[in-house]
Amino acid sequence: MTRDPIGLALSMMNRLAANPLLDRFGLRTATERTAYHGTRVGFRTIALAGREFKRVANWLPQKRLPGKSAPALFDLTLDDDQQMIVDSLHRLARDTLRPAAAEADEAGALPADVFDATAELGLTLYAVPAEFGGVAETRSPVTSVLIAEQLAWGDMGLAIALLAPFSVAQAITQWGTGEQQSRYLPAFCEEHPPVATIAIDEPRALFDPLNLSTIAESTANGYRLNGRKNGVVLGAQSDLLLVAATLNGRPRLFIVESGTDGMDHTADPTMGLRAAQPVTLTLSNVEVSADALLGDDDFDYQAFLNLGALLRCGLAIGTSQAVLDYVIPYCNERVAFGEPISNRQSVAFMISNLAIEADSMRMLAWRAASRAETEQSFHREASLARLLCSEKAMEIGTNGVQLLGGHGFVKEHPVERWYRDLRSVATHTGGVHA
Amino acid sequence: MNLEIPKKFSPIVHQARQVAQEVFRPISRKYDRAEHAYPKELDMFASIMDGMNEGAPDGGAGAGKLARSGGNGNDGNRNGTNMKTVLGLTELCWGDVGLALSIPRQGLGNSAIAAVANEEQLNRLGDTWAAMAITEPGAGSDSAAIRTTATESGDHYIINGEKIYVTAGERANAVVVWASLDRNKGRAAIKSFVVEKGTPGMTVERLEKKLGIRASDTAAIRFENCRVPKENLLGDPEISVDKGFAGAMQTFDNTRPVVAGMAIGVARAALERTREIVERAGIDLSYQPQTWTQSAVTRELHLLEAELEAARLLTLRAAWMADNGLPNSKEASMAKAKAGRVGNAITLRCVELCGSLGYGETELLEKWARDSKILDIFEGTQQIQLLIIARRLLGKSSAELK
Repeated sequence: MTRDPIGLALSMMNRLAANPLLDRFGLRTATERTAYHGTRVGFRTIALAGREFKRVANWLPQKRLPGKSAPALFDLTLDDDQQMIVDSLHRLARDTLRPAAAEADEAGALPADVFDATAELGLTLYAVPAEFGGVAETRSPVTSVLIAEQLAWGDMGLAIALLAPFSVAQAITQWGTGEQQSRYLPAFCEEHPPVATIAIDEPRALFDPLNLSTIAESTANGYRLNGRKNGVVLGAQSDLLLVAATLNGRPRLFIVESGTDGMDHTADPTMGLRAAQPVTLTLSNVEVSADALLGDDDFDYQAFLNLGALLRCGLAIGTSQAVLDYVIPYCNERVAFGEPISNRQSVAFMISNLAIEADSMRMLAWRAASRAETEQSFHREASLARLLCSEKAMEIGTNGVQLLGGHGFVKEHPVERWYRDLRSVATHTGGVHA
Repeated sequence: MNLEIPKKFSPIVHQARQVAQEVFRPISRKYDRAEHAYPKELDMFASIMDGMNEGAPDGGAGAGKLARSGGNGNDGNRNGTNMKTVLGLTELCWGDVGLALSIPRQGLGNSAIAAVANEEQLNRLGDTWAAMAITEPGAGSDSAAIRTTATESGDHYIINGEKIYVTAGERANAVVVWASLDRNKGRAAIKSFVVEKGTPGMTVERLEKKLGIRASDTAAIRFENCRVPKENLLGDPEISVDKGFAGAMQTFDNTRPVVAGMAIGVARAALERTREIVERAGIDLSYQPQTWTQSAVTRELHLLEAELEAARLLTLRAAWMADNGLPNSKEASMAKAKAGRVGNAITLRCVELCGSLGYGETELLEKWARDSKILDIFEGTQQIQLLIIARRLLGKSSAELK
């Protein structure tokens, strides 16, 4: 771009403004710097990756969880197990996630105690079959969606970070070979489960998860990966990564352990989801063994994406519900022109529509998930659910801020964070698997 | 959890679909053009439909038997009359909304009887083809403001007033009229009365010419010292502040999901036809993760389909709640609001996507776009639904949130 005199002058002013001498001579108020450092105090982030996964000599045969049988009648009630999980995760979201959310967003880090509290609940156990130490007996995408809903009601950034390891466990249960399941799944049932994540998105406009630029080539001993991934939640902390790459013209997932040569990550802070510590991942001639290819002949990349879409819908619904639950008391208490603003139709109708669209998202996601759970086709349903969530989640986010007016724009209230988080529903593919 | 249509309703859905396809669609354009002509094809069909209803365990596809199921017993989850009626009307309106509204004995007036009548009235009036007369020239959505009066006189009530927009008002055998027993006592004094056709003092003034649903007659009716036997007052004659008007309004909790179902039916017709036309033009409409490189029409049709699915599932939820005796006022309004607006938006967009082909009368798309508008208006407008939902969500009275 050519620069004109005004532009040059502005640029010089900009550089002067950034000059540390200004500060040294006390020419700038000090207050703006203290805020940032204050949040770091007492904040313990989860440790860097470093766990090793040993090959197992006598691995168990591949285990695929059976589907549930479809009930005869239309029914929206949760079963006892689902209700119990929803109740306990709602408590976790309310008592642990929500109070930690603002600080975690500010610090851009997942607090270790939030990770530990979730691990204590044994979240990943629900993703692992009993043979490998977990408690899963059947496929349970509905339960996964309900879990995502509850956690994201607390905070979407924390939720997606907590769900990334759960999602990797789900994916290995769903798609892994016997060897892969025996090697990785038991670790997810230990007291300190590994941190793990799924890397799909790539840093380019018009990204299409079916057309990946990250390439896998066959080598004598396995595969060589090259490419870049971004928006990888907990990418720096993960012991284990599922990386999507094109192999012989078709997208596949590769299991890559942290510390593998050729892997490099740089912090890549985003508009929202900051607690999930997204990174850009560069893969330069990363060599993995032949058994790193996730699954075998029954691997279905489309279904893999669909199950990811379901969990993302769950996140969208949870945060949308949080917006609804927040604006109702706010608008009832906020007085203007002598009465609560919720006495005005223009305000009240926005809230009605917020509820309608949140439930619309929920109904579509639940239907797709319940079809997946009972082994019925669900490609159409998952596609439509994801599309609707992408569309409505942001509408709810922006209207949430609007309903609070100026108060919605400042960090005193959580709706500006929800606004930023909800934008990700339409932009991200990775990190999740129901 | 299961959000699929239960198999036990397959026969009724299939039956209604056959009616829509073989009876309604072939005469759809004919009665759109010949407004106010009586669709005589429906008489023969109505008798067949009565037979179908008799044979079906939960009644047939019409709205006539809609009602107070919800015996909240110990028999667990129920899928009953409310859901079945929604499904039936959805299919019938896939065929033609105007004709579906004109099926003798299956109208929404009958569901008013079913909702508030006592046992004796149900036996006596249950098989009458009844229309519903609520709206007045000066009172639409504000049904508490109606001016029609019913004055006690011996063993009769004398009804005076003017009603408009009475669907099937000329063709039906009776009209369920909302009138006030005492205009000083507000909404609690509003009761519904069954006035049989031919009762002296009841006159059909005119039939409206309309934007859509032209196959359905919409009457303006005048009541002038119209004497109605006392036993034709539906429900409780007491003016009770607690439950009077609420009793009359509870009909809507059951009928709103049905009207939502009607919107879903006509919208699905438009969407299916548009998909055919667009696919014929060589567009790939297979379901893929949405990318910004796919064609605009593909994304639009998928989004419309998602919206329609949302409306459909919200509607099934409201009906399911009614079947299980769960209070569903908010959910019924959510279904009606969503289905009413997306039904209208879908049919209009389908005309647009098909261009001049969609706008012309060789296709039914332009007709469906006209028919769908009423479904976002009658049985409570979009705005009334949003008001009801907001009051429930915010815990507000109608005095606070006007």
